[in-house]
Amino acid sequence: MPKLTIDGIEIEVEKGTSVLQACEQLGIEIPRFCFHDRLSVPANCRMCLVEMERSPKPIASCAMPAGDGMVIHTNSDVVHKARKGVMEFLLINHPLDCPICDQGGECDLQDQAMAYGFDRSRFAENKRAVKEKYLGPLIKTFMTRCIHCTRCIRFADEIAGVPELGATGRSEHMEIGTYIEKAITTELSGNMIDICPVGALTSKPYAFSARPWELKRTETIDVMDAVGSNIRVDSRGGEVMRTLPRLHEAINEEWISDKTRFAYDGLRRQRLDRPYVRRDGKLEQATWPEAFGAIAEAMEGLEGSAMAAIAGDLCDVEAMYALKGLMASVGSPNIDCRQDGAKLQPDVRASYLFNTGIAGIEEADAILIVGSNPRWEAAMVNARIRKRWLQGGLKVGVIGPQVDLTYRYDYLGAGPDTLKALADGSIEFAETLKSAKKPMLILGQGALTRDDGGQVLAATRAVADGFGMVKDGWNGFNVLHTAAARVGGLDIGFVPGEGGRDVAGILAGAGEGAIKLVWLLGADEIDSSALSNAFVIYQGHHGDRGAHAADVILPGAAYPEKNGTYVNTEGRVQHAKMAVFPPGDAREDWTILRAFSQQIGKALPFDDLHQLRRKLAEDHPVFAEIDRLHPAEWQPFGNDGEMGSAVFASPIETFYMTDPISRASITMAKCLDEIEGRAAAE
Amino acid sequence: MSFGTPAPEDQQPDHFEFTAENLERARKIIAKYPEGRQQSAVLPLLDIAQRQNDNWLPRAAMDYVADLLEIPRIRAYEVASFYTMFNKAPVGRHLIMVCTTTPCWLCGSDDVLRAIEDKTGLRPGQNGDDGMFSVVEVECAGACVNAPMVQINDDYYEDLNYDRMVTLIDELKDGKTPTVGSQTGRHGSQAQAGPTSLLDRRPPDVVAAASED
Repeated sequence: MPKLTIDGIEIEVEKGTSVLQACEQLGIEIPRFCFHDRLSVPANCRMCLVEMERSPKPIASCAMPAGDGMVIHTNSDVVHKARKGVMEFLLINHPLDCPICDQGGECDLQDQAMAYGFDRSRFAENKRAVKEKYLGPLIKTFMTRCIHCTRCIRFADEIAGVPELGATGRSEHMEIGTYIEKAITTELSGNMIDICPVGALTSKPYAFSARPWELKRTETIDVMDAVGSNIRVDSRGGEVMRTLPRLHEAINEEWISDKTRFAYDGLRRQRLDRPYVRRDGKLEQATWPEAFGAIAEAMEGLEGSAMAAIAGDLCDVEAMYALKGLMASVGSPNIDCRQDGAKLQPDVRASYLFNTGIAGIEEADAILIVGSNPRWEAAMVNARIRKRWLQGGLKVGVIGPQVDLTYRYDYLGAGPDTLKALADGSIEFAETLKSAKKPMLILGQGALTRDDGGQVLAATRAVADGFGMVKDGWNGFNVLHTAAARVGGLDIGFVPGEGGRDVAGILAGAGEGAIKLVWLLGADEIDSSALSNAFVIYQGHHGDRGAHAADVILPGAAYPEKNGTYVNTEGRVQHAKMAVFPPGDAREDWTILRAFSQQIGKALPFDDLHQLRRKLAEDHPVFAEIDRLHPAEWQPFGNDGEMGSAVFASPIETFYMTDPISRASITMAKCLDEIEGRAAAE
Repeated sequence: MSFGTPAPEDQQPDHFEFTAENLERARKIIAKYPEGRQQSAVLPLLDIAQRQNDNWLPRAAMDYVADLLEIPRIRAYEVASFYTMFNKAPVGRHLIMVCTTTPCWLCGSDDVLRAIEDKTGLRPGQNGDDGMFSVVEVECAGACVNAPMVQINDDYYEDLNYDRMVTLIDELKDGKTPTVGSQTGRHGSQAQAGPTSLLDRRPPDVVAAASED
């Protein structure tokens, strides 16, 4: 391990550490533009120059490996002079348009120019101007501001796996772009906005709408998929202005998908901001007491078994817990949180979790993907698989939809037959799994939402056992969820009780007249037309599919408007925080249910969020710990029987629109048009 | 540099493919690089493509080369756009590259440009309508001793002045093949007025002198 001296302090670092990283370990900040922790090192901005004794000139600290006996100075006159020189060159062609630049206030170049910039320009010639590039509906370009750090090119190449960006031309004519004008076809493109150190790539939907110092920052959790990406919601007044990623090494590192980042404009449209009651076939505005009265009236005299509740994909655990309590108090066993009909049971926690953990992917050396398109279902999981694949030595096999996953894989087949053949060992990939030290399999919802989902679950479990995927300290059996609410729902047992009906049963029962009242908690992904004979209460935040079928609408809060608990696909419990208030008369969902329970004289046993959470943790100990993973116990699960022969399909038809929020988003509609539309045309 | 800007869509051919002979050459070049480093062949392959396609490189050709080497297409665009010797738009049969860097300029490259404009009506960056000539201004081509000079396609024509440039263009127009190199007949880059010193002695035999030491 090399030992070096930095500013008079001796430090020993891991072999391969760069001088810049060694400085960081000592808390010394080195200015940089091109260097990024998660990207390759090009060393082309030269801002990180430091002085090294016995070197005739300053060295680029990002690209210089720390060596034994090096003596580094980061704060000498030579260093300052060098950095000032670099800064002056960078500013030669950079426009002085900070007042009209969206990056203003959070710009690396602006910040570093404060430290190293000259107070006037010595460059009397004309600055160069570069034509704007079109990179799609999400990224706004202002290429004259580009300082050619190439972070975006490296991001597209390395993280996103879509090598579409490049530097064309040379010297003064060098430009960053796609050469042929087209939208970048990746679901991670928004991250380029974050890594751009200047205002060359900015957010199109957010353009000219706010300044960073006006925004209130709330650290919360994303619900657009089941990954539970850590995000920061920036709001001004009552409006969400933008969504940014927050560092969480075990989940999303520092990236988020475009849906997570840009679907927020859907929060402003199609909102339910007051209660509605259907009178004479028409939904009319009502007050809370009127709405509650109408529900109480409809409930009167109904048997518990004639009532049902379905929880949707974006629900927080608190709301589901309250609804479960409410349904129990009226004696209804008909509750279900599996809108898509996934054949998952809450009995064995390991049967519905991503047991390996997202960070665990980096240890795997063989991955079998069954019935899933992780690129669309969980973009951050896919990015992690790609990261592992780039390190080399990873073999991936896919049974299910054959799509571009940004890494190479062996396509094994489309359906259960291939899974059987793999279990028999009659496919070559079986050898790969057998010889792998840490094999894992990822089971998508596409394989579980079928009639034979329980059999597929059992078959994949057998594969996991047969290939030694579950052993001491390693559980390679993973279910990849698509709904943020699903794991939480299963954890609190939001599934049919003794003799209760599941989603399909509820829909059928409503058609037959056996089910007379259905409470939809944000449930929009079911065939709500089947509920026309029943009295439907829709509690949620968007006027989407579910609300159209409703007899009473109770306006709830969307994810940035409530303090809620979500459990991600790994089984990680996380708290989302309220960033803005719900619009109009809308309320946090658990409070609505608590208030209604009082109305019918069956008050739920909690008066505030703390009491609710304490009760929740008492009933279900997993909720006692936030952001911790505990290995789930491996027990038998799944259904006996033969699998069908239908091929596995991904449950997601379009990445950009999967839930009421993204369906209401104009930005997502544009993406759908331009990116997926173009990809389909090609 | 007008030949650096990609040709508009309507001039871009839909399809490009190496001839069998060129494909054979390309494969030989690719084979020179170690396994996994085939992308290094991009430069010679683009050159072959340009030669096959009337001295310009359409987008289809860059795509073809990139696909052949199994590299992202943007990587081929980057290389092709970096080098000014790749013409990204159609050029005439004779691409006249006039050096106007200081030594050539001091020795009269302005006259050369004037001669070209008088004879063909073309200024740097322009394409003739008849498809015969294209003119482009280049930076130092490394033949300063024989300044001023022009490069036409692959060949250097040196020691030019107004009249000699006129003659050169006339010959090209008539379909003749002008003498390559110095237009005054001097050998290589020897002194313009012939030898000036050591006139009484033959040049020493360098090889013999070295072996004596």
